[in-house]
Amino acid sequence: MNAENIVKPRVTVRDLNFYYGKAQALNNINLDITEKKVTAFIGPSGCGKSTLLRTFNRMYELYPKQKATGSIVLDGKNILDKNQDLNKLRAKVGMVFQKPTPFPMSIHDNIAFGVKLYQSLNKHDMEERVEWALRKAALWDEVKDKLTQSGMGLSGGQQQRLCIARAIAVKPEVLLLDEPTSALDPISTAHIEKLIDELKEDFTIVIVTHNMQQAARVSDYTAYMYLGDLMEFGDTSTVFTNPKRKETEDYITGRFG
Amino acid sequence: MSMFLHEARLKRQSIFDSLFRNLTRVAAFSVLVLLAAIIGSLVIGSMPAIHAFGFGFLTSTDWDPVNDQFGALVPIVGTLITSFIALLIAIPVSFGIALFLTELSPRVLRRPLGVAIELLAGIPSIIYGMWGLFVFAPLFADHVEPWLNEHIGVLPYIGPFFSGPPMGIGILTASIILAIMVIPFIASVMRDVFDVVPVMLKESAYGLGSTTWEVMLRIVLPYTKVGVAGGIMLGLGRALGETMAVTFVIGNAHELGKSLLNPGNSISSALANEFTEAFGELYTAALIELGLILFFITFVVLSLARYMLYKLGQREGKAA
Repeated sequence: MNAENIVKPRVTVRDLNFYYGKAQALNNINLDITEKKVTAFIGPSGCGKSTLLRTFNRMYELYPKQKATGSIVLDGKNILDKNQDLNKLRAKVGMVFQKPTPFPMSIHDNIAFGVKLYQSLNKHDMEERVEWALRKAALWDEVKDKLTQSGMGLSGGQQQRLCIARAIAVKPEVLLLDEPTSALDPISTAHIEKLIDELKEDFTIVIVTHNMQQAARVSDYTAYMYLGDLMEFGDTSTVFTNPKRKETEDYITGRFG
Repeated sequence: MSMFLHEARLKRQSIFDSLFRNLTRVAAFSVLVLLAAIIGSLVIGSMPAIHAFGFGFLTSTDWDPVNDQFGALVPIVGTLITSFIALLIAIPVSFGIALFLTELSPRVLRRPLGVAIELLAGIPSIIYGMWGLFVFAPLFADHVEPWLNEHIGVLPYIGPFFSGPPMGIGILTASIILAIMVIPFIASVMRDVFDVVPVMLKESAYGLGSTTWEVMLRIVLPYTKVGVAGGIMLGLGRALGETMAVTFVIGNAHELGKSLLNPGNSISSALANEFTEAFGELYTAALIELGLILFFITFVVLSLARYMLYKLGQREGKAA
């Protein structure tokens, strides 16, 4: 990957503004998300990092007073377009949340749920897909003997990996992780971080995190946001060791935030 | 001196404490005593009928006070069928109401609609009965029943259930009135339990590309099934025991017709109608035995529902 050194943007964000009713939450965001890399959004609470993430799959559409303007281009199409099919978009852009959200069904069905929305696989193919997703999420060995049991009976860390498996089972192009380890213990967190490192071979990953060490550990690019503005964006190593702006440095070194 | 006072107070406190403990115990046990007393008096009261008819009481359709011949099959079937049809209508409608109120309705409509449903639940049943008899039944007889006769009555298998004289009064009318009465109960319970589903859980399902319908049916409903079943049981409990409204529109005929348009009877309306005119030991005993049966049906239905939920929970290995 490094030998090629070609930066291929997978998602291009241009002049993105976001509003909660009349309150503006994002101001003119411009940003490229690189293919098969991990991009981290960091910043203090309320800075808009989760809001930005939720524009990528238009999750905000569930709430009537929220709207976005500008463009987010994925595969040559502006996904903010009125006629963008939301279900197709969400098949391409998967998401994992702050807390594990296993569905009230068996482990197998949790994974099959999303797949069934888009593909009709026969029993054998579906079983293969479930195994594939669980292996990718490093959960297979722990659950292979209890696929018919409820996903709600797993530990927190296992549940979160189940959610990751569920998201990748539909083979999305982009994977959005919204503070995926904030409800987990350190060991489960380490599991997930290792997993993120493996997953970027197949997926373009965007992660929101409160934990700066985590951003430094897992990401290739880091965006520092503050009060709805994108303050600084670049290589993670540059942002953390040699930030261009004083505000970024203050936040990263813990003088603020 | 002070030592002595202190000890006296402690002693007094411990007396109060044990007194209080025993009082609450008495209150709790009085529930059991009352329950036993009610069952006991029902059993004793129905003894003459039990001796006279045995199990035949449950399977006989005779109801002949003049010749002292009594059988409970007609009211038992009436109670079960009206309640069943009522739930058949009420469950999907309530689900729709709750779904609309929690997921689709604009925020400004939520409160007024919610309050309207609670008001509906508070209307006394006699008003439903009057409305059913004077307004609904005539409309039903003029406009709906002829249509049922003509279009559904001619179909094979289900036809016989929908053909008959369009009188407006009968099993089907009673079922519909019952459905209207239990909808507010079921809908408001469903709305309350749908409201507590974590937003993030719904968003995860939407995030995979599910439609609102898929999220409701495959995520929200399974997640809330215990609460939803509780709401349905509440409605079923009301439907089984509802007396006044049913009495008005069921027709109060001791006949076991195949058609749902025919008049019939339910246990509670038989009791309400006939207790005042029950002369003779056997007649009264037969009515009391009907009451005992209603008690038993309600008990069995609620126990079955609990057992079903328990099994369901077990199968899913619900741990969290």
